[in-house]
Amino acid sequence: MTIQFNDETFRDDYSFRNSERAIKRFPFPFDKDSYMYAVNMEQHRGGPSDSIYEKRFDVDEHYVSEMRDRAMVLADDPLRCQSLPHMTLAGWDLLELIMVSKSEDYPDLFQLHRDGDQWHWINKPLGIDDKFTFMDETTLPYGPMEYITRQTQGDFCVLDQRDDNLWMDAGMITTQADWSLDFDIGMNFFEWHAPVPLAHEKGIFVRALKFLLNIQQGAPARRLNWTMTVNPLLDTSPENYHKWGIQKTELTPENIGSKQHLRVELQTFFRLPRSNGLVFPIRCYLCSFQDLMTSPKWGRRLHRVIRDLPEELATYKGFIDNRPMMLDYLSKFDDGLPTSNGIWPEFDTEPPLQK
Amino acid sequence: MSKFEFPPSIRSRPVYGTLEARPGKTHLMIADAEGAEAILAVATPDLMAATHIIYIPKGTDYADKLRALKPAQFYEGPTYAASVTRIQRVLQDAQMGLQVYLAGTEGLMGQAQNEAMKAGIPHTAIQTEHRGSIARRMQCVHCKGITEDVETDPFVCSHCGLNLFVRDHYSRRLAAYQGVCIDAEDPGNVPPQKGIYE
Repeated sequence: MTIQFNDETFRDDYSFRNSERAIKRFPFPFDKDSYMYAVNMEQHRGGPSDSIYEKRFDVDEHYVSEMRDRAMVLADDPLRCQSLPHMTLAGWDLLELIMVSKSEDYPDLFQLHRDGDQWHWINKPLGIDDKFTFMDETTLPYGPMEYITRQTQGDFCVLDQRDDNLWMDAGMITTQADWSLDFDIGMNFFEWHAPVPLAHEKGIFVRALKFLLNIQQGAPARRLNWTMTVNPLLDTSPENYHKWGIQKTELTPENIGSKQHLRVELQTFFRLPRSNGLVFPIRCYLCSFQDLMTSPKWGRRLHRVIRDLPEELATYKGFIDNRPMMLDYLSKFDDGLPTSNGIWPEFDTEPPLQK
Repeated sequence: MSKFEFPPSIRSRPVYGTLEARPGKTHLMIADAEGAEAILAVATPDLMAATHIIYIPKGTDYADKLRALKPAQFYEGPTYAASVTRIQRVLQDAQMGLQVYLAGTEGLMGQAQNEAMKAGIPHTAIQTEHRGSIARRMQCVHCKGITEDVETDPFVCSHCGLNLFVRDHYSRRLAAYQGVCIDAEDPGNVPPQKGIYE
């Protein structure tokens, strides 16, 4: 279907909104009424029609505005995009992967014409029409990773694989859940995850790394992750935490429904052909509590998950102080009825709220 | 002087060992302050005959004892910053069979390790031994400025003035721990300073 791109902001006046379609396809991350870390990986081979899983790189109504926000973040802080010298080849791999995927999956929006190494890329939503020589950096306005990720929603970690480990050696990180590329660049898988509580002890990272090291060409994988954000702020970076942290204290029982957002990351993993690197896109979806509550199943479930979440996780995810207010709000949408398995809202079969 | 036992921590935090003489064609030892004690503990005449010592006393008086070991080359630098170009030059000339030994403060070891890594030596092949001050080299995640020799948590960023808490998250590339604003959600509410391991 044709996408109507929103003209909206993710800062200052926060005019970001989800349409009814965007709410219905929101990747609600809880498949049951409780949450704990797990190696919740599955193949990334499409999904239900119009779901966020359907295409390799989902393009939605927020695309144009998200790219404008990314350009603003980079203008303020160019260190959000970095690539160590040995990662340029992986950058070309990524450019090819995205251009080929988007032109095949969204032919009305993106076109790629290739004649040997002479490439012609047309990005209609952003008004870009560039001819360049594949593998020749001097023919693009930015390095290949930066060029293509300025045109693709989501953060991108480009990982080198060596010594049976993955290394965060390049990235475009402007919509992150409070971690710094500039600090973490060059770290291995265990080091950049070092601050995460509980998951190391549960062996999560050892198993996840084993899985990721074995991802093959043409067989990408995916998982969902989540956190909480007050206001639809994409740039929840540590760099700017001293500016946005105060917003967490501005929640009230009156505004929580519209201000508090569930922040979900669709994480995908693709093997890169020339470099044997791994690209790890982290796509951020935001949805306000009041929009989530339009699904009776999600209303019931979110209350139960947040209520029963271990304190360490609520602290790490940064909402321990606001949890009581969240529960006051969410409990109104939990009537105690059972919920069906899986993440989908099941509007047709899930009973309406009984209170 | 007894060695400080660092408490167990997260996976990005460096772990230090005890220097031991390893077979090698040449040896590069870089130390500051009490780090000299680790070199004195491992030194033998044979080892010293093939060793280049780069030492920054930081107000201590170990330099003469190190000189008395008769290393093949000895350099005493006033600060790390003054010594770094020499360290880079030595690493540039390094050949297969060089062993690298680092001893002293975390800031010295981290920065020297970084230079060795840039020269192509894997960090896992570099020996380290912590001695002396337990102060940390901290990067402010907000302004990116580095504050050396931080002994308290929280501390004030020497560049931008924000009140920062001391994390254990460590970057080898920056040779620094991360400092993050402690009063972002309640400006002015800064807990009293205490020693990092108190």
